[in-house]
Amino acid sequence: MNQVLKRRFRDQIMVMFGREPKKPEQITERAQQVHKLKRVTNKADLNAAKEHMRAHQEHSTKWRNRRWATLIIANLLFVISYYFDVQMLEGALTASRFVGFHLIDLNSALQVMLAHKHIINNLLIGTGTVLVLWVLLGGRTFCSWVCPYHLLAEWAEKLHLYLVKKKLVTDQTIDRRLRSVFWLVFAVLAIATGYTVFEAISPTGILSRALIYGPGVALLWVLALLVFEVFFSKRAWCRYACPIGLTYGVVGILSPVRIKYKLDGCFHEGDCRKVCLVPHVLDTVIKGRAVDVEVPIGPDCTRCGLCVDTCPTGSLTFEVKGLSKLL
Amino acid sequence: MSDEEQLPDDSAAPDSPSPAAAKKVPEGDPKVVQGKHSAGGGGTPPLSKERRQQARRRVLRTILLTGGVMGAALSGFLPLVYAQKQRLRPPGALDEKDFLSSCIKCGQCVQVCPVSAIKLADLVDGFGVGTPYIDARSQACDFSCDAVQCILACPTGSLTYHKPEFLSVRAGAALAAKPILLAKEKDAEPTLNLNERIGVARLTRPEACLAIQGKGFKGQARGSNFKGRMRYMSVNRWKPIKITEHPYDVAECDLCARECPVKGAISIETVFAPDGSKRKSPVVHEPCVGCGVCEMICPVESAAIEIVPREVWKT
Repeated sequence: MNQVLKRRFRDQIMVMFGREPKKPEQITERAQQVHKLKRVTNKADLNAAKEHMRAHQEHSTKWRNRRWATLIIANLLFVISYYFDVQMLEGALTASRFVGFHLIDLNSALQVMLAHKHIINNLLIGTGTVLVLWVLLGGRTFCSWVCPYHLLAEWAEKLHLYLVKKKLVTDQTIDRRLRSVFWLVFAVLAIATGYTVFEAISPTGILSRALIYGPGVALLWVLALLVFEVFFSKRAWCRYACPIGLTYGVVGILSPVRIKYKLDGCFHEGDCRKVCLVPHVLDTVIKGRAVDVEVPIGPDCTRCGLCVDTCPTGSLTFEVKGLSKLL
Repeated sequence: MSDEEQLPDDSAAPDSPSPAAAKKVPEGDPKVVQGKHSAGGGGTPPLSKERRQQARRRVLRTILLTGGVMGAALSGFLPLVYAQKQRLRPPGALDEKDFLSSCIKCGQCVQVCPVSAIKLADLVDGFGVGTPYIDARSQACDFSCDAVQCILACPTGSLTYHKPEFLSVRAGAALAAKPILLAKEKDAEPTLNLNERIGVARLTRPEACLAIQGKGFKGQARGSNFKGRMRYMSVNRWKPIKITEHPYDVAECDLCARECPVKGAISIETVFAPDGSKRKSPVVHEPCVGCGVCEMICPVESAAIEIVPREVWKT
């Protein structure tokens, strides 16, 4: 990794903690050349090329379908395992056992460790297993590929966008630094009060338990969040509040699974940013922003693949770092 | 140089909730771009009046969301502060405060229980949402699993065979000896691996007790609609059956003592009434672990004998 990419990598970590993405201060010469060539290209030629690409564009939902299927199957496994007593995936998303192996959600484990201040072996084993698993799988992949609230929020977002189109609501943005603040506040609350305060309102935990053990009053809180997101602020919980997302985001810093952006073929039309659930990670696709000809997307990316599906030029692809070199 | 066409809708859309202000800021206003970058970059040009207004509203919204989430989170305290009703926790549970801090709310204990005695608490329990409890009257723990499976299943040590040393044991909570499970009295290892009780049975309504009245009992202990299950050694050691499928016919009611799964925990004794006359009565003894079978099986409504959760043994 060159100096410029390293710098961007650090910037992207800051963006995850809530800083707004900004124009890069350094761009590699190769990338500068591409940016320059794009500027001097004849407008008519460029438009012709764009239109040609649009005409041949295939509207794919490949990654979305795969993701939804994975998410539904993962959550169904819990339900089936309990109802038919097949002991495949026992427990709920906060902590479970996959054919006997402990799996413990990182954020829940953290809350329990901070509140209880005593860590037993099973807790450590389960947390370690999940940590390794999500480092390998991409950190926030948990959010878009497993979290049941994510799916509901995705549908709520569609509804929100429809209402926006009808000019009935507007998206009210909120300071993204709030998520980091919440993370800290809930950590401090767990230590100070000795209660796992966040777990009481975690929609992920509430939904997972509701699916497995039957619905309860706690679902009203989830409903309230969804209403807030539909009528007031797009994707508010996932974007500005959820500490689980930040925990897995931090795990994602180490992960080899990510989306890669290739500057060459990109027309900078911004389709990807329109569908992206965390568009601040895609600032690099803005004209003149890419620091290199190939730029990996930062750790806050949920690796949902919507941009990969949408990109008309194939400039965004999944990549497993190191694997392409091996193959 | 222009970035406008690539702007995501969240920064291009007018931020203002009031239509009047929204009109002033057309979509794709380049100022919006500068505003977005003001947080990180230096050398930003001065903000326009609208932008300042928008920034102020955004701060207000951020405070609103903070308030909402923190309000919801901290409301979890209320049920604890006002807690009138104590929950009977599964066997091996740590003391309530430690239990609430260590439970990860996964429900694995629920899944392993052969008689489905364990339920998960709802939002009304505040921080206890998703934590397991036992409603002994509707389904008690009768140790059908022999080994206290819920403790085995617990991933965080909320339910535990051996309490870590730094956690104290309340006086009277510790059992004098490991309880002998009647069902496996003839096994090589007849005891349950339990060191502390989860509660103590207490005759809360002696006036209703059939034994005290000298009455017998005939029929289904809890009526024909009762869903509770229990293991009857005389029927099948490995398969709990419905209590409705096991009717009783006793001349003097002794159901609580008859079905108690722990050796020596309760017996029907002859006692002296306040007026000096002799009568029968259930008497709870030290080995009582608080499992709740007596409360579940008690045929009068409501039960004459009940578990007091987290109660300790007082001599």
